Amino acid sequence: MDAKERLAIPPQPMPEQEPRERIHNQREVPLGYTPEAAMREASRCVRCKRPFCTEGCPVGIDIPGFLDAVERGDFAEGIRIIKKRNVLPAVCGRVCPQEVQCQLACTVGKFQHDPTKSVGIGKIERFLADWERENGVVEIPRKAAPTGRRIAVVGSGPAGLTVAGDMILLGHSVTVFEALHKPGGVLVYGIPEFRLPKAIVQREADYLKSLGVEFRMSTVVGRTYPMEEVLEDFDAVFVGSGAGLPKFMGVPGENLLGVFSANEYLTRANLMKAYEFPASDTPIYKGRKVITVGGGNVAMDCARTALRMGAERSLIVYRRSEAELPARIEEVHHAREEGVEFHLLQAPLELMGDDRGWVRGMRIEKMGLGEPDSSGRRRPVPIQGSDFVEEVDSVLVAIGNSPNPLIHSSFPQIEVNRWGGIVANEATGQTSVKGVFAGGDIVLGAATVILAMGQGRIAAQAMHAYLLTGRWDDLEQAVSAQGGTQ
Amino acid sequence: MRMYEILAKDLIGPDVQRYVISAPEVSRRRRPGQFVIVRICEGGERIPLTIADADPGAGTITLIVQTVGKSTLQMSRLRPGDTLTDVAGPLGRPTHIEKFGTVICCGGGIGTAPLHPITQALHQIGNKVITLLCARTAGLLIMVDEMAAVSDELVIMTDDGSRGIKGLSTDGIRLIVDRGERIDHVFAIGPPVMMKFVSLLTKELGIPTTVSLNPIMIDGTGMCGGCRVTVGGETKFACVDGPEFDGHEVDFDELMRRLSAYRENEKTAVEHYESGCRLGH
Repeated sequence: MDAKERLAIPPQPMPEQEPRERIHNQREVPLGYTPEAAMREASRCVRCKRPFCTEGCPVGIDIPGFLDAVERGDFAEGIRIIKKRNVLPAVCGRVCPQEVQCQLACTVGKFQHDPTKSVGIGKIERFLADWERENGVVEIPRKAAPTGRRIAVVGSGPAGLTVAGDMILLGHSVTVFEALHKPGGVLVYGIPEFRLPKAIVQREADYLKSLGVEFRMSTVVGRTYPMEEVLEDFDAVFVGSGAGLPKFMGVPGENLLGVFSANEYLTRANLMKAYEFPASDTPIYKGRKVITVGGGNVAMDCARTALRMGAERSLIVYRRSEAELPARIEEVHHAREEGVEFHLLQAPLELMGDDRGWVRGMRIEKMGLGEPDSSGRRRPVPIQGSDFVEEVDSVLVAIGNSPNPLIHSSFPQIEVNRWGGIVANEATGQTSVKGVFAGGDIVLGAATVILAMGQGRIAAQAMHAYLLTGRWDDLEQAVSAQGGTQ
Repeated sequence: MRMYEILAKDLIGPDVQRYVISAPEVSRRRRPGQFVIVRICEGGERIPLTIADADPGAGTITLIVQTVGKSTLQMSRLRPGDTLTDVAGPLGRPTHIEKFGTVICCGGGIGTAPLHPITQALHQIGNKVITLLCARTAGLLIMVDEMAAVSDELVIMTDDGSRGIKGLSTDGIRLIVDRGERIDHVFAIGPPVMMKFVSLLTKELGIPTTVSLNPIMIDGTGMCGGCRVTVGGETKFACVDGPEFDGHEVDFDELMRRLSAYRENEKTAVEHYESGCRLGH
């Protein structure tokens, strides 16, 4: 097939559950590709000499390589290529923002001046991961000879799991400490079942266990296990404890009943399976009219979860306009399809309650857009006298998180920035304390799964070099001397 | 001895059980004022429970738990040899212990349990400790002997006068102050309404007061924000900023409202559990 023929193939749609049906269940929304659809989608790749897609991938997957394997129907080879760079393909195929990474750089989309017409790299990645799992042919890669070195990973989210996966293959002994009772971090407490089935996260963790990674659940580093002791017991430590402290708006009435942080609402629903209550023990408040404040992926997750919990109306209130919504296009699209109402250029001023302390109303101010701010986005400016009251019986606050303070408050020698994030060298993940590396949201603030994984990968390489050479002050050079990438 | 095994269990009051649980790491680390998050079973909720005592040599912690909902009811039916699914901790900031001089440790009902290690620590470093144990009626008093052992003086108050002096916790504090005792600090742990009125009184008397709050929480590590309380006009998270706060600054009315959020669900959960129709877990 020549490039012209390839460009003529239309994007292969992935079937989805109907919106009217799916808001009554927790099952996954996109249903996955058939082998035929995956092969046809892969054949849309025009095999650029220079793989811009790979350059756009935070973990540098050989994307043309795996697309070629899929086109030939060699799915085993396809997944092997992905797993060289990515330990969590079933997760990334579902939650990566491909449209601003590999698929943004894709020549096929660029040629048609429409990034939504790029090759569906994420969909094919998901297909391969699901295919491998469903066909029971999960390959265990070869591990390097044991080095005798022991590393600790604090937090079992995407960054921590990546470090664990890389380091175990390099021959180190790996122990992962998790404060909650299930592995996965934000993948299990935050991202809803209908976007990322929890069984998939569990299987990824089980895969790491099969490689020899030890998981210690319900162990809070900084409390159950002080950092000083972790450092005595292990040769190196990776801190990936996440952005775990929810931000609130700071408006009056925020502690009324029926007002929840996105973390609390989603944790009840996802980690604690409150949608099965009372068969599971944790309840969740089922608002009839729910307002979610915020415009990111987490806000979409909240608004869509509220529908699944029986809300008659689910509204998003966001202070900027459509163009500035930080959520993935696909998430916004899915939310709209399901009936989520977008109230853009609006900001809450206060919450009002009834005499029993339950939230009943939100005073909202309309906004205009002013000059661009430091983020480059146009700054929302309140319109005087535009405020009105919207009735509501539940409010979900999804305006972001601050870094979790537990490590720093119990281990002050680790340097943090003024937001409380751990300061880490971008090229190595090194912190101010010798032997301690960090990555993911505890460094980045709230970012994405794949960026956390990218940082985990960088830290793992540097940690490996540190364990072999003992160099710290010039570790960056030691890493490049080893060839940088694995 | 398995992880989180119940080694001993006894009934110390109506619907109040004492459990000795194997949890060596928590036992070694815990300090007065801290708590653990417990799950009783797969599919179980995460419940915060204060640590009443610990024996690091034996690797055990003591939890004193009142049956109030489904999880604590289910826990009360476990027997020695059974295990809890998870025990995560110790969580929260430890109590600030210093030599204040003369302190009143005021425990109401089940609040006496978390007060015990605090009283012990205060006594150990040389404070004159006057312990005030309060309950509606004599049968609801717990840990009287244990508290007496770590106090210079023990005063018992019951609402109905069935044991000790008839009156409320606030009457007890007035009594001690009125006899001319100079009180440097009050620690009060008990039902929110008790802590509220003790704090109102001590504010009037100008005695610094520490209270320990037990709001609804899920993770206990700062993540959910469900445990937020207003202290001095600011929102604080009881799990990472507390659980102890300046009683004069706490908005107790808000705390009490927030504690009631799931009351209907709690009833449903108990009914569901009692009807034995647990599915899938």
